[in-house]
Amino acid sequence: MIAVHNVSKSYPSLTGPVQSLHEVTFTCQTGEFVCLVGPSGCGKSTVSRIMAGLEPPDAGQVLLDGQPVSAVRAGPRTRAMMFQDAALFPWLNVQRNVEFGLKMQGMPPAERAEIATMFLKMVHLSRFAQAQPHELSGGMRQRVALARALAVNPAVLLMDEPFAALDAQTREIMHAEVQEVWQATGKTILFVTHNLSEAATLGTKVILMTARPGTIKEELCVDLPRPRDPRSPAVARIAEQLFEHLRDEIERVERDQFDEDWHLERKRALASMAKFRGAGI
Amino acid sequence: MNANRAAATRLALIGLVLVAWALLAHGRGGSLPSPGQVGAALSRGIADGTVPRAVGASLLRMFVGYGAAAVLGLMLGLALAKWLWLEQSFGALALSLQTLPSICWLPLTLLWFGASEGAVLVIVVLGALFSIATATRDALRSVPPLLIQAGQTLGAAPRALYFEVILPAALPALIGGLRVGWSFAWRALMAGELIYSGAGLGRVLDQGRKSGDSAQILATILVILAVGIAANAVLFNPLESAVRRRWGLTGPQ
Repeated sequence: MIAVHNVSKSYPSLTGPVQSLHEVTFTCQTGEFVCLVGPSGCGKSTVSRIMAGLEPPDAGQVLLDGQPVSAVRAGPRTRAMMFQDAALFPWLNVQRNVEFGLKMQGMPPAERAEIATMFLKMVHLSRFAQAQPHELSGGMRQRVALARALAVNPAVLLMDEPFAALDAQTREIMHAEVQEVWQATGKTILFVTHNLSEAATLGTKVILMTARPGTIKEELCVDLPRPRDPRSPAVARIAEQLFEHLRDEIERVERDQFDEDWHLERKRALASMAKFRGAGI
Repeated sequence: MNANRAAATRLALIGLVLVAWALLAHGRGGSLPSPGQVGAALSRGIADGTVPRAVGASLLRMFVGYGAAAVLGLMLGLALAKWLWLEQSFGALALSLQTLPSICWLPLTLLWFGASEGAVLVIVVLGALFSIATATRDALRSVPPLLIQAGQTLGAAPRALYFEVILPAALPALIGGLRVGWSFAWRALMAGELIYSGAGLGRVLDQGRKSGDSAQILATILVILAVGIAANAVLFNPLESAVRRRWGLTGPQ
Protein backbone atom coordinates (compact mmCIF):
# COMPACT_ATOMS: atom_id res chain seq x y z
CA MET A 1 0.00 0.00 0.00
CA ILE A 2 1.35 3.39 -0.93
CA ALA A 3 -0.18 6.56 0.44
CA VAL A 4 0.36 10.18 -0.53
CA HIS A 5 -0.30 12.34 2.48
CA ASN A 6 -0.88 16.11 2.34
CA VAL A 7 1.74 16.64 -0.36
CA SER A 8 2.26 20.21 -1.54
CA LYS A 9 4.76 21.45 -4.07
CA SER A 10 5.53 24.75 -5.77
CA TYR A 11 7.96 25.69 -8.50
CA PRO A 12 9.95 28.86 -8.98
CA SER A 13 9.06 30.75 -12.15
CA LEU A 14 9.88 34.14 -13.64
CA THR A 15 6.77 35.62 -12.06
CA GLY A 16 7.36 34.09 -8.64
CA PRO A 17 6.61 30.66 -7.18
CA VAL A 18 3.79 28.70 -8.78
CA GLN A 19 1.80 26.39 -6.53
CA SER A 20 1.70 23.09 -8.39
CA LEU A 21 0.20 20.75 -5.79
CA HIS A 22 -1.88 21.64 -2.76
CA GLU A 23 -2.33 19.08 0.01
CA VAL A 24 -2.75 16.07 -2.23
CA THR A 25 -3.86 12.98 -0.32
CA PHE A 26 -4.82 9.56 -1.65
CA THR A 27 -4.04 5.89 -1.18
CA CYS A 28 -3.29 3.02 -3.55
CA GLN A 29 -4.19 -0.29 -1.87
CA THR A 30 -1.93 -3.25 -2.52
CA GLY A 31 -2.75 -4.77 -5.89
CA GLU A 32 -4.87 -1.83 -6.93
CA PHE A 33 -4.63 -0.27 -10.39
CA VAL A 34 -5.06 3.45 -9.74
CA CYS A 35 -5.32 5.98 -12.55
CA LEU A 36 -4.51 9.59 -11.73
CA VAL A 37 -6.29 11.94 -14.13
CA GLY A 38 -6.42 15.68 -14.44
CA PRO A 39 -6.29 18.60 -16.86
CA SER A 40 -2.94 19.62 -18.31
CA GLY A 41 -0.65 21.36 -15.86
CA CYS A 42 -2.43 20.04 -12.76
CA GLY A 43 0.76 18.46 -11.43
CA LYS A 44 -0.25 14.82 -11.85
CA SER A 45 3.17 13.91 -13.26
CA THR A 46 4.78 15.68 -10.34
CA VAL A 47 2.80 13.44 -7.98
CA SER A 48 4.27 10.35 -9.59
CA ARG A 49 7.78 11.85 -9.55
CA ILE A 50 7.44 12.65 -5.86
CA MET A 51 6.20 9.11 -5.23
CA ALA A 52 9.26 7.78 -7.09
CA GLY A 53 11.52 9.94 -4.96
CA LEU A 54 12.82 11.89 -7.97
CA GLU A 55 11.57 15.15 -6.46
CA PRO A 56 11.08 16.08 -2.82
CA PRO A 57 7.67 17.44 -1.73
CA ASP A 58 7.63 20.89 -0.08
CA ALA A 59 5.29 19.51 2.55
CA GLY A 60 3.65 16.19 3.32
CA GLN A 61 5.02 12.73 2.74
CA VAL A 62 4.69 9.49 0.83
CA LEU A 63 4.12 6.38 2.95
CA LEU A 64 4.86 2.88 1.76
CA ASP A 65 3.16 0.37 4.07
CA GLY A 66 3.09 3.09 6.69
CA GLN A 67 6.79 3.95 6.43
CA PRO A 68 7.82 7.30 4.97
CA VAL A 69 9.81 6.80 1.75
CA SER A 70 13.00 8.70 1.05
CA ALA A 71 14.50 10.17 -2.07
CA VAL A 72 15.44 7.64 -4.71
CA ARG A 73 18.54 5.66 -3.72
CA ALA A 74 20.37 2.43 -4.40
CA GLY A 75 19.35 -0.92 -3.01
CA PRO A 76 16.30 -3.15 -3.42
CA ARG A 77 13.51 -1.42 -5.27
CA THR A 78 10.30 -0.51 -3.54
CA ARG A 79 9.15 1.54 -6.51
CA ALA A 80 9.87 1.40 -10.23
CA MET A 81 8.99 4.08 -12.77
CA MET A 82 7.99 4.26 -16.41
CA PHE A 83 8.13 7.56 -18.28
CA GLN A 84 6.45 8.92 -21.39
CA ASP A 85 9.69 8.13 -23.19
CA ALA A 86 10.89 4.55 -22.77
CA ALA A 87 14.28 5.93 -21.63
CA LEU A 88 16.06 2.71 -22.60
CA PHE A 89 19.85 2.80 -22.54
CA PRO A 90 20.80 2.94 -26.22
CA TRP A 91 24.19 1.26 -25.73
CA LEU A 92 22.64 -1.86 -24.17
CA ASN A 93 20.62 -4.44 -26.04
CA VAL A 94 17.07 -5.28 -24.94
CA GLN A 95 18.16 -8.13 -22.67
CA ARG A 96 20.79 -5.99 -20.89
CA ASN A 97 18.36 -3.12 -20.50
CA VAL A 98 15.96 -5.43 -18.68
CA GLU A 99 18.84 -6.78 -16.59
CA PHE A 100 20.09 -3.31 -15.64
CA GLY A 101 18.25 -2.92 -12.34
CA LEU A 102 19.20 -6.46 -11.27
CA LYS A 103 22.83 -5.76 -12.10
CA MET A 104 22.64 -2.68 -9.89
CA GLN A 105 21.58 -4.98 -7.04
CA GLY A 106 24.66 -7.13 -7.65
CA MET A 107 22.77 -10.18 -8.89
CA PRO A 108 25.00 -12.74 -10.68
CA PRO A 109 24.72 -12.76 -14.50
CA ALA A 110 23.08 -16.18 -14.89
CA GLU A 111 20.35 -15.37 -12.40
CA ARG A 112 19.53 -11.97 -13.86
CA ALA A 113 19.50 -13.36 -17.40
CA GLU A 114 16.89 -15.85 -16.28
CA ILE A 115 14.69 -13.16 -14.73
CA ALA A 116 15.08 -10.87 -17.74
CA THR A 117 14.08 -13.70 -20.07
CA MET A 118 11.00 -14.35 -17.96
CA PHE A 119 9.81 -10.74 -18.12
CA LEU A 120 10.65 -10.38 -21.82
CA LYS A 121 8.42 -13.40 -22.36
CA MET A 122 5.70 -11.71 -20.32
CA VAL A 123 5.73 -8.66 -22.63
CA HIS A 124 6.06 -10.94 -25.68
CA LEU A 125 9.48 -9.71 -26.76
CA SER A 126 11.70 -12.78 -26.24
CA ARG A 127 12.55 -12.79 -29.94
CA PHE A 128 14.07 -9.33 -29.65
CA ALA A 129 16.31 -9.95 -26.65
CA GLN A 130 19.46 -9.25 -28.67
CA ALA A 131 18.11 -6.21 -30.55
CA GLN A 132 19.30 -2.68 -29.84
CA PRO A 133 16.59 -0.24 -28.64
CA HIS A 134 16.78 1.90 -31.79
CA GLU A 135 15.76 -1.12 -33.85
CA LEU A 136 12.38 -1.32 -32.07
CA SER A 137 9.14 0.58 -32.58
CA GLY A 138 7.83 2.99 -29.92
CA GLY A 139 5.37 0.44 -28.54
CA MET A 140 8.02 -2.26 -28.35
CA ARG A 141 10.36 0.10 -26.51
CA GLN A 142 7.69 0.80 -23.92
CA ARG A 143 7.18 -2.94 -23.48
CA VAL A 144 10.92 -3.29 -22.84
CA ALA A 145 10.66 -0.44 -20.33
CA LEU A 146 7.76 -2.29 -18.67
CA ALA A 147 9.80 -5.50 -18.45
CA ARG A 148 12.77 -3.51 -17.10
CA ALA A 149 10.61 -1.95 -14.39
CA LEU A 150 8.99 -5.26 -13.43
CA ALA A 151 12.32 -7.12 -13.34
CA VAL A 152 13.43 -5.35 -10.15
CA ASN A 153 10.26 -6.65 -8.47
CA PRO A 154 9.02 -3.34 -7.06
CA ALA A 155 6.13 -3.15 -4.64
CA VAL A 156 4.69 -0.26 -6.63
CA LEU A 157 4.88 0.44 -10.35
CA LEU A 158 4.61 4.14 -11.22
CA MET A 159 3.65 4.92 -14.81
CA ASP A 160 3.85 8.55 -15.92
CA GLU A 161 1.81 8.84 -19.13
CA PRO A 162 3.71 5.92 -20.62
CA PHE A 163 1.55 5.56 -23.72
CA ALA A 164 0.86 9.23 -24.46
CA ALA A 165 3.38 9.37 -27.30
CA LEU A 166 2.13 6.21 -29.03
CA ASP A 167 -0.34 6.07 -31.90
CA ALA A 168 -3.92 5.03 -31.11
CA GLN A 169 -3.64 1.44 -32.35
CA THR A 170 -0.41 0.78 -30.50
CA ARG A 171 -1.89 2.33 -27.37
CA GLU A 172 -4.83 -0.12 -27.46
CA ILE A 173 -2.42 -3.03 -27.73
CA MET A 174 -0.48 -1.63 -24.79
CA HIS A 175 -3.71 -1.38 -22.78
CA ALA A 176 -4.35 -5.07 -23.33
CA GLU A 177 -0.73 -5.85 -22.50
CA VAL A 178 -0.61 -3.85 -19.28
CA GLN A 179 -3.92 -5.31 -18.05
CA GLU A 180 -2.56 -8.77 -18.72
CA VAL A 181 0.66 -7.98 -16.84
CA TRP A 182 -1.25 -6.46 -13.93
CA GLN A 183 -3.47 -9.54 -13.64
CA ALA A 184 -0.44 -11.85 -13.88
CA THR A 185 1.72 -10.01 -11.31
CA GLY A 186 -0.83 -8.37 -9.02
CA LYS A 187 1.37 -5.26 -8.77
CA THR A 188 0.14 -2.04 -7.23
CA ILE A 189 0.09 0.41 -10.13
CA LEU A 190 -0.24 4.17 -10.20
CA PHE A 191 -0.93 5.22 -13.77
CA VAL A 192 -0.85 8.94 -14.64
CA THR A 193 -2.79 9.95 -17.74
CA HIS A 194 -4.78 12.78 -19.28
CA ASN A 195 -6.68 10.30 -21.42
CA LEU A 196 -10.08 9.58 -19.90
CA SER A 197 -10.76 6.51 -22.01
CA GLU A 198 -7.38 5.12 -20.97
CA ALA A 199 -8.22 5.70 -17.31
CA ALA A 200 -11.63 4.04 -17.71
CA THR A 201 -10.05 1.07 -19.50
CA LEU A 202 -7.25 0.46 -17.03
CA GLY A 203 -8.17 1.63 -13.55
CA THR A 204 -9.84 -0.17 -10.71
CA LYS A 205 -9.91 3.28 -9.20
CA VAL A 206 -9.71 6.65 -10.95
CA ILE A 207 -8.56 9.71 -9.02
CA LEU A 208 -9.50 13.05 -10.53
CA MET A 209 -7.39 16.15 -9.91
CA THR A 210 -8.36 19.79 -10.17
CA ALA A 211 -6.57 22.33 -12.33
CA ARG A 212 -3.55 24.09 -10.84
CA PRO A 213 -2.92 24.09 -7.98
CA GLY A 214 -3.62 20.39 -8.20
CA THR A 215 -5.78 18.91 -5.46
CA ILE A 216 -7.78 15.71 -5.35
CA LYS A 217 -11.28 16.40 -6.65
CA GLU A 218 -12.84 12.98 -6.57
CA GLU A 219 -12.22 9.26 -6.49
CA LEU A 220 -14.28 6.86 -8.58
CA CYS A 221 -14.20 3.10 -8.53
CA VAL A 222 -14.48 1.38 -11.90
CA ASP A 223 -16.04 -2.00 -11.46
CA LEU A 224 -16.01 -3.50 -14.93
CA PRO A 225 -14.92 -7.04 -15.86
CA ARG A 226 -11.52 -7.54 -17.50
CA PRO A 227 -10.02 -7.56 -19.99
CA ARG A 228 -11.73 -4.30 -20.87
CA ASP A 229 -12.12 -3.12 -24.43
CA PRO A 230 -11.59 0.66 -24.66
CA ARG A 231 -14.24 0.81 -27.37
CA SER A 232 -16.93 -1.01 -25.45
CA PRO A 233 -20.01 1.06 -24.48
CA ALA A 234 -19.43 0.39 -20.78
CA VAL A 235 -15.94 1.88 -20.85
CA ALA A 236 -17.17 4.78 -22.97
CA ARG A 237 -19.86 5.51 -20.39
CA ILE A 238 -17.28 5.64 -17.62
CA ALA A 239 -15.07 7.94 -19.71
CA GLU A 240 -18.01 10.26 -20.29
CA GLN A 241 -18.79 10.25 -16.58
CA LEU A 242 -15.15 11.21 -15.88
CA PHE A 243 -15.43 14.01 -18.39
CA GLU A 244 -18.55 15.39 -16.69
CA HIS A 245 -16.70 15.44 -13.37
CA LEU A 246 -13.77 17.27 -14.91
CA ARG A 247 -15.70 19.72 -17.10
CA ASP A 248 -15.29 22.68 -14.74
CA GLU A 249 -11.57 22.04 -14.37
CA ILE A 250 -11.02 21.84 -18.10
CA GLU A 251 -12.89 25.12 -18.56
CA ARG A 252 -10.71 26.71 -15.91
CA VAL A 253 -7.58 25.68 -17.75
CA GLU A 254 -8.98 26.93 -21.04
CA ARG A 255 -9.86 30.31 -19.52
CA ASP A 256 -6.22 30.67 -18.54
CA GLN A 257 -4.90 29.61 -21.90
CA PHE A 258 -7.24 31.27 -24.40
CA ASP A 259 -8.19 34.86 -25.21
CA GLU A 260 -11.20 36.27 -23.40
CA ASP A 261 -13.48 36.01 -26.43
CA TRP A 262 -13.04 32.28 -26.35
CA HIS A 263 -16.26 31.68 -24.40
CA LEU A 264 -18.13 32.29 -27.69
CA GLU A 265 -16.59 29.13 -29.03
CA ARG A 266 -16.64 27.21 -25.80
CA LYS A 267 -20.00 25.50 -26.06
CA ARG A 268 -19.29 24.07 -29.49
CA ALA A 269 -15.76 23.03 -28.66
CA LEU A 270 -16.74 21.33 -25.43
CA ALA A 271 -19.63 19.56 -27.14
CA SER A 272 -17.30 18.13 -29.74
CA MET A 273 -14.78 17.24 -27.05
CA ALA A 274 -17.43 15.30 -25.19
CA LYS A 275 -18.01 13.33 -28.36
CA PHE A 276 -14.39 12.26 -28.32
CA ARG A 277 -14.64 11.20 -24.71
CA GLY A 278 -11.36 9.38 -24.64
CA ALA A 279 -9.45 12.10 -26.42
CA GLY A 280 -6.86 14.00 -24.46
CA ILE A 281 -8.10 16.80 -22.30
CA MET B 1 26.44 1.46 -56.70
CA ASN B 2 26.09 4.80 -54.96
CA ALA B 3 29.46 4.36 -53.24
CA ASN B 4 31.03 3.56 -56.62
CA ARG B 5 29.62 6.71 -58.12
CA ALA B 6 30.88 8.80 -55.23
CA ALA B 7 34.34 7.27 -55.62
CA ALA B 8 34.31 7.90 -59.37
CA THR B 9 33.29 11.53 -58.81
CA ARG B 10 36.10 11.95 -56.30
CA LEU B 11 38.68 10.44 -58.68
CA ALA B 12 37.48 12.64 -61.52
CA LEU B 13 37.77 15.72 -59.30
CA ILE B 14 41.32 14.82 -58.26
CA GLY B 15 42.22 14.28 -61.93
CA LEU B 16 40.76 17.66 -62.80
CA VAL B 17 42.76 19.39 -60.07
CA LEU B 18 45.97 17.68 -61.24
CA VAL B 19 45.38 18.76 -64.83
CA ALA B 20 44.64 22.35 -63.77
CA TRP B 21 47.71 22.32 -61.55
CA ALA B 22 49.90 21.01 -64.40
CA LEU B 23 48.60 23.70 -66.79
CA LEU B 24 49.11 26.42 -64.20
CA ALA B 25 52.64 25.20 -63.41
CA HIS B 26 53.42 25.19 -67.14
CA GLY B 27 52.14 28.76 -67.49
CA ARG B 28 54.06 30.11 -64.50
CA GLY B 29 57.30 28.65 -65.90
CA GLY B 30 58.95 27.31 -62.78
CA SER B 31 57.77 29.34 -59.76
CA LEU B 32 55.09 26.68 -59.21
CA PRO B 33 56.45 23.12 -59.44
CA SER B 34 54.48 20.73 -61.60
CA PRO B 35 52.74 17.63 -60.21
CA GLY B 36 55.54 15.56 -61.76
CA GLN B 37 58.25 17.52 -59.93
CA VAL B 38 56.39 17.24 -56.63
CA GLY B 39 55.92 13.51 -57.20
CA ALA B 40 59.63 13.17 -57.90
CA ALA B 41 60.51 15.14 -54.75
CA LEU B 42 58.13 12.91 -52.77
CA SER B 43 59.61 9.64 -54.04
CA ARG B 44 63.13 11.02 -53.52
CA GLY B 45 62.22 11.91 -49.93
CA ILE B 46 60.74 8.47 -49.34
CA ALA B 47 63.69 6.70 -50.98
CA ASP B 48 66.41 8.50 -48.98
CA GLY B 49 64.49 8.00 -45.75
CA THR B 50 63.84 11.69 -44.99
CA VAL B 51 60.06 11.40 -45.18
CA PRO B 52 59.65 8.12 -43.25
CA ARG B 53 62.00 9.37 -40.52
CA ALA B 54 60.16 12.70 -40.28
CA VAL B 55 56.75 11.00 -40.21
CA GLY B 56 58.02 8.68 -37.51
CA ALA B 57 59.40 11.54 -35.40
CA SER B 58 56.20 13.60 -35.75
CA LEU B 59 53.94 10.65 -34.95
CA LEU B 60 56.01 9.83 -31.89
CA ARG B 61 55.51 13.40 -30.64
CA MET B 62 51.79 13.13 -31.38
CA PHE B 63 51.66 9.84 -29.50
CA VAL B 64 53.18 11.45 -26.42
CA GLY B 65 51.72 14.96 -26.69
CA TYR B 66 48.24 14.06 -27.88
CA GLY B 67 48.11 11.12 -25.51
CA ALA B 68 48.84 13.43 -22.59
CA ALA B 69 46.35 16.00 -23.87
CA ALA B 70 43.64 13.34 -24.21
CA VAL B 71 44.14 12.03 -20.68
CA LEU B 72 44.43 15.49 -19.10
CA GLY B 73 41.63 16.95 -21.23
CA LEU B 74 39.23 14.13 -20.32
CA MET B 75 40.06 14.52 -16.65
CA LEU B 76 39.72 18.29 -16.75
CA GLY B 77 36.44 18.02 -18.66
CA LEU B 78 35.03 15.48 -16.20
CA ALA B 79 36.06 17.75 -13.31
CA LEU B 80 34.48 20.80 -14.97
CA ALA B 81 31.23 18.89 -15.46
CA LYS B 82 31.26 17.63 -11.88
CA TRP B 83 32.14 20.68 -9.83
CA LEU B 84 30.22 23.82 -10.53
CA TRP B 85 32.67 26.09 -8.69
CA LEU B 86 35.49 24.82 -10.91
CA GLU B 87 33.38 25.40 -13.99
CA GLN B 88 32.47 28.90 -12.87
CA SER B 89 36.06 29.84 -12.07
CA PHE B 90 38.12 27.87 -14.56
CA GLY B 91 35.56 26.98 -17.24
CA ALA B 92 35.43 30.40 -18.84
CA LEU B 93 39.22 30.59 -18.71
CA ALA B 94 39.52 27.24 -20.47
CA LEU B 95 37.22 28.47 -23.19
CA SER B 96 39.22 31.66 -23.74
CA LEU B 97 42.51 29.74 -23.69
CA GLN B 98 41.06 27.56 -26.43
CA THR B 99 40.76 30.58 -28.73
CA LEU B 100 44.47 31.34 -28.30
CA PRO B 101 46.59 29.48 -30.88
CA SER B 102 48.83 27.29 -28.77
CA ILE B 103 51.89 28.20 -30.88
CA CYS B 104 51.81 31.58 -29.12
CA TRP B 105 53.20 29.79 -26.08
CA LEU B 106 56.27 28.51 -27.94
CA PRO B 107 58.57 31.48 -27.23
CA LEU B 108 57.78 31.04 -23.55
CA THR B 109 58.25 27.26 -23.52
CA LEU B 110 61.54 27.71 -25.41
CA LEU B 111 62.67 30.07 -22.66
CA TRP B 112 61.54 27.66 -19.96
CA PHE B 113 62.57 24.31 -21.40
CA GLY B 114 65.26 25.43 -23.85
CA ALA B 115 65.28 24.19 -27.43
CA SER B 116 64.14 20.73 -26.42
CA GLU B 117 61.48 18.14 -27.14
CA GLY B 118 59.64 19.33 -24.08
CA ALA B 119 59.06 22.79 -25.51
CA VAL B 120 57.27 21.38 -28.57
CA LEU B 121 55.40 18.74 -26.62
CA VAL B 122 53.91 21.38 -24.32
CA ILE B 123 52.64 23.21 -27.41
CA VAL B 124 50.98 20.00 -28.65
CA VAL B 125 49.37 19.37 -25.28
CA LEU B 126 48.12 22.95 -25.00
CA GLY B 127 46.83 22.78 -28.57
CA ALA B 128 44.45 19.93 -27.82
CA LEU B 129 43.88 20.09 -24.06
CA PHE B 130 41.23 22.80 -23.85
CA SER B 131 39.22 21.68 -26.85
CA ILE B 132 39.09 18.13 -25.44
CA ALA B 133 38.21 19.46 -21.98
CA THR B 134 35.36 21.68 -23.17
CA ALA B 135 34.02 18.94 -25.47
CA THR B 136 34.12 16.47 -22.57
CA ARG B 137 32.32 18.89 -20.28
CA ASP B 138 29.64 19.54 -22.90
CA ALA B 139 29.28 15.82 -23.61
CA LEU B 140 28.55 15.11 -19.96
CA ARG B 141 26.23 18.06 -19.59
CA SER B 142 24.08 17.02 -22.52
CA VAL B 143 23.36 13.54 -21.21
CA PRO B 144 19.53 13.33 -21.24
CA PRO B 145 18.26 13.80 -17.63
CA LEU B 146 15.64 11.14 -18.30
CA LEU B 147 18.33 8.45 -18.73
CA ILE B 148 19.85 9.49 -15.40
CA GLN B 149 16.45 9.35 -13.71
CA ALA B 150 15.76 5.95 -15.27
CA GLY B 151 19.07 4.74 -13.85
CA GLN B 152 18.23 6.15 -10.43
CA THR B 153 14.77 4.61 -10.28
CA LEU B 154 16.34 1.27 -11.25
CA GLY B 155 18.56 1.51 -8.19
CA ALA B 156 21.91 2.70 -9.55
CA ALA B 157 24.14 4.06 -6.78
CA PRO B 158 25.97 7.32 -7.62
CA ARG B 159 29.14 5.52 -8.69
CA ALA B 160 27.34 2.96 -10.86
CA LEU B 161 25.19 5.73 -12.27
CA TYR B 162 28.33 7.56 -13.38
CA PHE B 163 30.08 4.59 -14.94
CA GLU B 164 27.10 2.66 -16.30
CA VAL B 165 24.79 5.47 -17.41
CA ILE B 166 26.39 8.91 -17.65
CA LEU B 167 29.71 7.97 -19.25
CA PRO B 168 28.25 5.55 -21.81
CA ALA B 169 25.55 8.09 -22.69
CA ALA B 170 28.26 10.72 -23.26
CA LEU B 171 30.60 8.43 -25.20
CA PRO B 172 29.65 9.42 -28.77
CA ALA B 173 30.22 13.10 -27.97
CA LEU B 174 33.45 12.26 -26.08
CA ILE B 175 34.86 10.56 -29.17
CA GLY B 176 33.87 13.58 -31.27
CA GLY B 177 35.84 15.79 -28.86
CA LEU B 178 38.89 13.52 -29.09
CA ARG B 179 38.74 13.67 -32.88
CA VAL B 180 38.67 17.47 -32.92
CA GLY B 181 41.48 17.47 -30.33
CA TRP B 182 43.61 15.34 -32.62
CA SER B 183 43.45 17.85 -35.47
CA PHE B 184 44.24 20.72 -33.08
CA ALA B 185 47.25 18.79 -31.77
CA TRP B 186 48.44 17.99 -35.30
CA ARG B 187 48.28 21.66 -36.31
CA ALA B 188 50.08 22.72 -33.15
CA LEU B 189 52.80 20.15 -33.76
CA MET B 190 53.42 21.28 -37.34
CA ALA B 191 53.66 24.91 -36.23
CA GLY B 192 55.98 23.95 -33.40
CA GLU B 193 58.25 21.86 -35.61
CA LEU B 194 58.38 24.63 -38.19
CA ILE B 195 59.73 27.11 -35.67
CA TYR B 196 61.75 24.92 -33.36
CA SER B 197 63.18 22.27 -35.63
CA GLY B 198 64.35 19.00 -34.14
CA ALA B 199 63.25 16.16 -36.37
CA GLY B 200 59.80 15.89 -37.93
CA LEU B 201 57.73 16.98 -40.88
CA GLY B 202 57.75 20.62 -39.85
CA ARG B 203 61.53 20.59 -40.12
CA VAL B 204 61.41 19.08 -43.63
CA LEU B 205 59.12 21.96 -44.61
CA ASP B 206 61.60 24.44 -43.25
CA GLN B 207 64.48 22.74 -45.06
CA GLY B 208 62.53 23.12 -48.28
CA ARG B 209 62.29 26.85 -47.64
CA LYS B 210 65.99 27.14 -46.84
CA SER B 211 67.05 25.33 -50.00
CA GLY B 212 64.43 27.10 -52.11
CA ASP B 213 62.90 23.76 -53.11
CA SER B 214 59.19 24.45 -53.53
CA ALA B 215 58.60 20.93 -54.86
CA GLN B 216 59.86 19.54 -51.57
CA ILE B 217 57.60 21.89 -49.61
CA LEU B 218 54.52 20.83 -51.57
CA ALA B 219 55.49 17.16 -51.29
CA THR B 220 55.78 17.56 -47.52
CA ILE B 221 52.39 19.28 -47.33
CA LEU B 222 50.90 16.31 -49.16
CA VAL B 223 52.47 13.99 -46.58
CA ILE B 224 51.13 16.09 -43.68
CA LEU B 225 47.66 15.97 -45.24
CA ALA B 226 47.93 12.23 -45.79
CA VAL B 227 48.89 11.60 -42.16
CA GLY B 228 45.91 13.65 -40.98
CA ILE B 229 43.53 11.77 -43.27
CA ALA B 230 45.05 8.43 -42.31
CA ALA B 231 44.63 9.14 -38.57
CA ASN B 232 40.93 9.78 -39.15
CA ALA B 233 40.54 6.75 -41.39
CA VAL B 234 42.42 4.35 -39.11
CA LEU B 235 41.58 5.67 -35.66
CA PHE B 236 38.52 7.88 -35.41
CA ASN B 237 36.20 6.91 -38.27
CA PRO B 238 35.95 3.21 -37.34
CA LEU B 239 35.58 4.03 -33.65
CA GLU B 240 32.98 6.71 -34.20
CA SER B 241 30.92 4.76 -36.69
CA ALA B 242 30.96 1.64 -34.50
CA VAL B 243 29.72 3.64 -31.52
CA ARG B 244 27.16 5.58 -33.52
CA ARG B 245 25.82 2.38 -35.07
CA ARG B 246 25.41 0.70 -31.70
CA TRP B 247 23.84 3.79 -30.09
CA GLY B 248 21.47 4.05 -33.06
CA LEU B 249 22.68 7.53 -33.96
CA THR B 250 23.36 6.88 -37.64
CA GLY B 251 21.12 8.77 -40.01
CA PRO B 252 19.86 7.27 -43.27
CA GLN B 253 22.87 5.89 -45.12
